[in-house]
Amino acid sequence: MLNRRSLLASGAALLAAPSIVKAQTVVGVTSEEIKIGSIMPYSGPASAYGAIGRLQQAFFKGVNEAGGISGRRINFLSLDDGYQPPKTVEQTRRLVEQDRVAFLFNTLGTPGNTAIQRYVNQRKVPHLFLATGADKWADPQNFPWTIGYQPSYRTEAQIFTKYMLENDRNAKLGILYQNDDFGKDYIAGVRDVLGARFDAVVKTVSYEVTDATIDSQVVQLHGSGVDCLLTAATPKFAAQTIRKVHDIGWRPKMHFLTDVSISVGSVMNPAGPEKGVGILTAAYLKEPTDPTWQADPGMQEWRAWMVKHMPDADQTDGNFVYSYGVSKCLMQVLTQCNGDFSRENVMKQATSLNNVAIPTLINGITVGTSASNFHPIRKMQLAKWDGKTWERFGGLIEGANV
Amino acid sequence: MNGFLHQVIAGIATGGIYASVALALVMIYQATHHVNFAQGEMATFSTYIALTLVNAGWPFWLAFLATVAISFCLGVMIERVLMRPVANASVLTHVGVFIGLVLVVSNLTGWVFDYTVKPFPTPFHDGPLLGGLISGHELGSTAVTLVVLGLVFLFFRYTRLGLAMRAAAYNPASARLVGVRVGWMLALGWGLAAAIGAIAGIMVAPVVFLEPNMMLGILLYAFAGALLGGIDNPGGAVIGGFAVGVIENLGGTYIVGTELKLTLALVIIIGVLLVRPAGLFGRVVLSRV
Repeated sequence: MLNRRSLLASGAALLAAPSIVKAQTVVGVTSEEIKIGSIMPYSGPASAYGAIGRLQQAFFKGVNEAGGISGRRINFLSLDDGYQPPKTVEQTRRLVEQDRVAFLFNTLGTPGNTAIQRYVNQRKVPHLFLATGADKWADPQNFPWTIGYQPSYRTEAQIFTKYMLENDRNAKLGILYQNDDFGKDYIAGVRDVLGARFDAVVKTVSYEVTDATIDSQVVQLHGSGVDCLLTAATPKFAAQTIRKVHDIGWRPKMHFLTDVSISVGSVMNPAGPEKGVGILTAAYLKEPTDPTWQADPGMQEWRAWMVKHMPDADQTDGNFVYSYGVSKCLMQVLTQCNGDFSRENVMKQATSLNNVAIPTLINGITVGTSASNFHPIRKMQLAKWDGKTWERFGGLIEGANV
Repeated sequence: MNGFLHQVIAGIATGGIYASVALALVMIYQATHHVNFAQGEMATFSTYIALTLVNAGWPFWLAFLATVAISFCLGVMIERVLMRPVANASVLTHVGVFIGLVLVVSNLTGWVFDYTVKPFPTPFHDGPLLGGLISGHELGSTAVTLVVLGLVFLFFRYTRLGLAMRAAAYNPASARLVGVRVGWMLALGWGLAAAIGAIAGIMVAPVVFLEPNMMLGILLYAFAGALLGGIDNPGGAVIGGFAVGVIENLGGTYIVGTELKLTLALVIIIGVLLVRPAGLFGRVVLSRV
């Protein structure tokens, strides 16, 4: 019978419930399992990246079959956001509030992660090794629970600028950039290295994603007298740039291309492979089609893993190389946790990685983090387009210290 | 000075893209008195059909004609299936259908043909001309745009069918009374607009590369060009398209910088429309009530 007393009692029980759960144990961790959440674009325009999530599901399944970590199995929940930020927010709330995961791992995409960064930091949920190249994930003062993974666009721009100055102290650089966070990271990186000389050395020109072509911008840069070019553009516009630069007879001394747009299939070949000869980019992963890695132990480990756990997957897809590496990196964090999977300790261990070797990173590049360094990978090697493939050359170059 | 000339030529080349899409907008407006927001997405879908045929080994111009014919049929079908049931509904309903069509066609394109950027072949000489400022393709496609413009003009001006279509759009009730089959005129208008859109897509794709969102920005500029020149005047719309291309280049380079060049182009258009609401070459329609 419903009366005032029973109503009060059940109300009190409801109010007390959350605190019981909280007091019970560390969030997302029981004596048998640890719950990890992730968000991937399994559908929609960026669905090619879904490969990353598929490998991770197979990876943690493999970990569980081999006995799990510290006596616990990994319950890996990887949800689809279709690369739409509102969906990312919805799925994140589900993972954090309903599934109550211990932490988030490798959530993909700059717009989606931007949408959830404040929320997960307010909730103090570790937001580890995001799959995006934006530089803003390294902001321990304001967002101590978020940390990136791959070299940021800004680091890449620093490396390009260092290389340019090494080869020609008096070079003048033109930057063609997409007018958003992605493009502006490159300007910031060049500025990091040039400092006060920036305005004297650099000419920047922007384009909008709604522009039909970048012809006007290329003509403008060419006319401004710069002799080197940095193209921070998404694939379609990068292909247009490569073609236009070639067609107007401009031969920049050095033409740097963001590693977002180095796909042979969707940039170099559409632009005309011969038109891009000599273009430079930077790499940190071992490219699965590069024959020089054929006998490399790291890549052999990856291939053996692929054959065993994902026999039907396409081994020329670089997403699998990336995903395997970042998953190994997470395992290092979990091993360092040594059984204490509280959110504080997970974050502490993720930011105390000491030169961790990852089999799929170019030899010599390691993962290193500290309480003040939220840039796990800071070195890259340059590569040159020879008309057929990207050929690596020279030593490793490290980003600037800012 | 050299830079100025280069910007003008590059602007004309880009303007040619806007002009070809603007023509498709004029077509649908003449036939239905609506502007179809999904025009760009439909054109992109048609372009993928053309690419599929070319990749299957068809000669370019045969694939071109087949695509135009297929697009015409698709356009008629869309009108019959989607627009017909809401023919008497308010304008807002139509806008809703157009927006839905944008989403459906765009996602369908991505789902069927995937999202990677693809090169598209050109039937014209593909080398750079004038020191790379314009390519053989850009000249060829401008010629194609002018031919289409001529055909559209002749069609509306000198054929009975064209006259009937205009009548059906301007005054459906009277047109029906004099024996014009208004419903079929609308379907025909959709078909022709889709066909012209397909031509525009095929001409644009070699320049900007083919991907599902190819027309996203272009449609905006084309719309601006059509309004500038007068959306009921095919010639005016083409000139408007070229003008927008040149204005945005010169404005972006010399006046406001690249960040504001779209804004500048739109401000100029609003300015023109304030003075001449029907566009530079549009006819002012007076209706007696």
